Amino acid sequence: MATILFDGIAYGMLLFLISVGLSVTLGMMGFINLAHGVFAMIGGYLLVTFTGKAGLSFFLALPLIFLATAAFSLVLEGSLYRQLYRSTHLKQVLLTVGIILVAVAAATYAFGPAQQPVQLPEVLAGQVVVLGAELSRYKLFLIAVGIAVTLALVFGLERTRFGARIRASVDRQSTAEAMGIHVGRVFQLTLAIGSGLAGLGGALGVNILGLDPHFPLKTLVYFLLVVVVGGAGSIPGTLLAAMVLGIADTAGKYYLPEVGAFIIYAAMIALLLAFPHGLLGRRRLA
Amino acid sequence: MKEPPVIPRELLGAPPYLHVLRRRERWGKGEIVFWIALVAVFFLFPKNLLLASQILIAGLFALSLDLILGYAGIVTLGHAAFFGLGAYTAGLITKVGVHDPLLGLVAAGAVAAAAGWLTSPLVLRSNDLGRLMITLGIAMLLYEVANRATEITGGVDGLQGVEVGLVLGLFRFDLLGRTAYLYVLAVTFALFLLVRALMLSPYGLSLRCIRENNRRAQAVGVPIRSRLTNIYTLSALLAGVAGALLTQTTQFVGIEVLGFQRSADLLIMLIVGGTASLYGGFVGAAVFMLAQDRLANLSPVYWLFWLGLLLIVVTLYLDGGVVGGLKRLAAWWERRR
Repeated sequence: MATILFDGIAYGMLLFLISVGLSVTLGMMGFINLAHGVFAMIGGYLLVTFTGKAGLSFFLALPLIFLATAAFSLVLEGSLYRQLYRSTHLKQVLLTVGIILVAVAAATYAFGPAQQPVQLPEVLAGQVVVLGAELSRYKLFLIAVGIAVTLALVFGLERTRFGARIRASVDRQSTAEAMGIHVGRVFQLTLAIGSGLAGLGGALGVNILGLDPHFPLKTLVYFLLVVVVGGAGSIPGTLLAAMVLGIADTAGKYYLPEVGAFIIYAAMIALLLAFPHGLLGRRRLA
Repeated sequence: MKEPPVIPRELLGAPPYLHVLRRRERWGKGEIVFWIALVAVFFLFPKNLLLASQILIAGLFALSLDLILGYAGIVTLGHAAFFGLGAYTAGLITKVGVHDPLLGLVAAGAVAAAAGWLTSPLVLRSNDLGRLMITLGIAMLLYEVANRATEITGGVDGLQGVEVGLVLGLFRFDLLGRTAYLYVLAVTFALFLLVRALMLSPYGLSLRCIRENNRRAQAVGVPIRSRLTNIYTLSALLAGVAGALLTQTTQFVGIEVLGFQRSADLLIMLIVGGTASLYGGFVGAAVFMLAQDRLANLSPVYWLFWLGLLLIVVTLYLDGGVVGGLKRLAAWWERRR
């Protein structure tokens, strides 16, 4: 029971890390970015390359991955996303599905269709006994990273000027612009940070979520689900939704392996109907 | 010097919008050529009729998506749910002793339409993102059901041994696909006539009105909820019939009829062909499946890459897809003369 809770929390942290950027960017621009999982996949493959072929240490690779995926998201934003901010949701969906397909093909070409293994540093391998329960060190590390990121995000959003700009832009884009906030620039930076976090999450999740070229398609539902259930633009909501989903999915796989993916999809439909604006999302005026 | 359009006698003195509406209803040259060409395919390419009927089925499926996406503006990622329901219904009904293909079509259409009607309140009450998630969720849920219920559906191996009887009690499905092609063409044409008439009617105009400006539609007095519900149901019905046609012509149901890839492929076909144009789905399906036939056999990985690239380019630069491009070309030609 405690193990399931623990595993669920670790899994939820992972989902949170990957989805939080999607939530904030969606809340700000209303841009439906289905390709968010691509950044997580890039993070995963970068980790495999860095620790495998390049021989970098695990802990050095993580910040590098954050920077690399953030930089890549800026390239993608400048070349493709920017043209469709004021376009229909349908076009945004089509564009990002196109990006997913290209990414899947590119990953298969570069790394082959098989699952990728990753070598964990010895510090993080094995179990550690806490209060009589055997807990995986890696998952403890994951939870620690998740908590650190959450605290940093909350501090950054609530206490810094840039955070205030983000909140203003999410609340109402037009008013924020009228107050002299360059929403486009704020959005770029938010997207970069969010994508960097997704890359980081993808790298940390190689051992838990698995990593193969179809990763962005398989996980698409999970990330979107976290965002939609949590309420777009709300960090506490995203965290809550990620935890609920992580624990529910872990428990479901453990207790009812027969039912499998049923629970997730059924719960998603039910939650969306009960809370059309997300658990902690705010109702918007039009 | 361009001739002014000829005004038929009964419309002399009528307001100009009536002329426009009347002109929309007439069959254009391109449309007539299109359907004659489809009949000609039967005689010109007797060896490729199986592929041709697959293209027609995909075109009919894309037409069903066009109804809700192109005309009514409902975004969906799970239209394969209805296609798959129709395919499985047509397959399973032969197992209980009903072998007549037309009865199979009716049953498949009825089941899919019922599913569409039942799920429409869930889909319609949400915003765009919610609709994406809910349609995707419903399709995934059905996929899981088909995957688990191996005794009924055959699971991943698919439903095998579907025995379809004679069309109208006269024509047997042959190995070359001659009967299949004509059968699919006839069914598709009949449904197309229905859809064409509907979309040109005031009903079709009211759907466009809802897509373009929801609030104004409401102000004009369009009953938005009921319009969207019944177009969603009709679209599900067409998708179910398309699925049933696939089952009957291939005598097999694979589980991928319900998969995400099918919904995504369908979206791509429609977008490449052009939305809200009636023919976009067929053109897109032809382009897509001919390209797939050539490229995918070389390497499935590259195929996905080109597909994604095509989607990105069409979305960003080619508004209206192939049919939209052709229309612009025709308008430009008209102006030049």
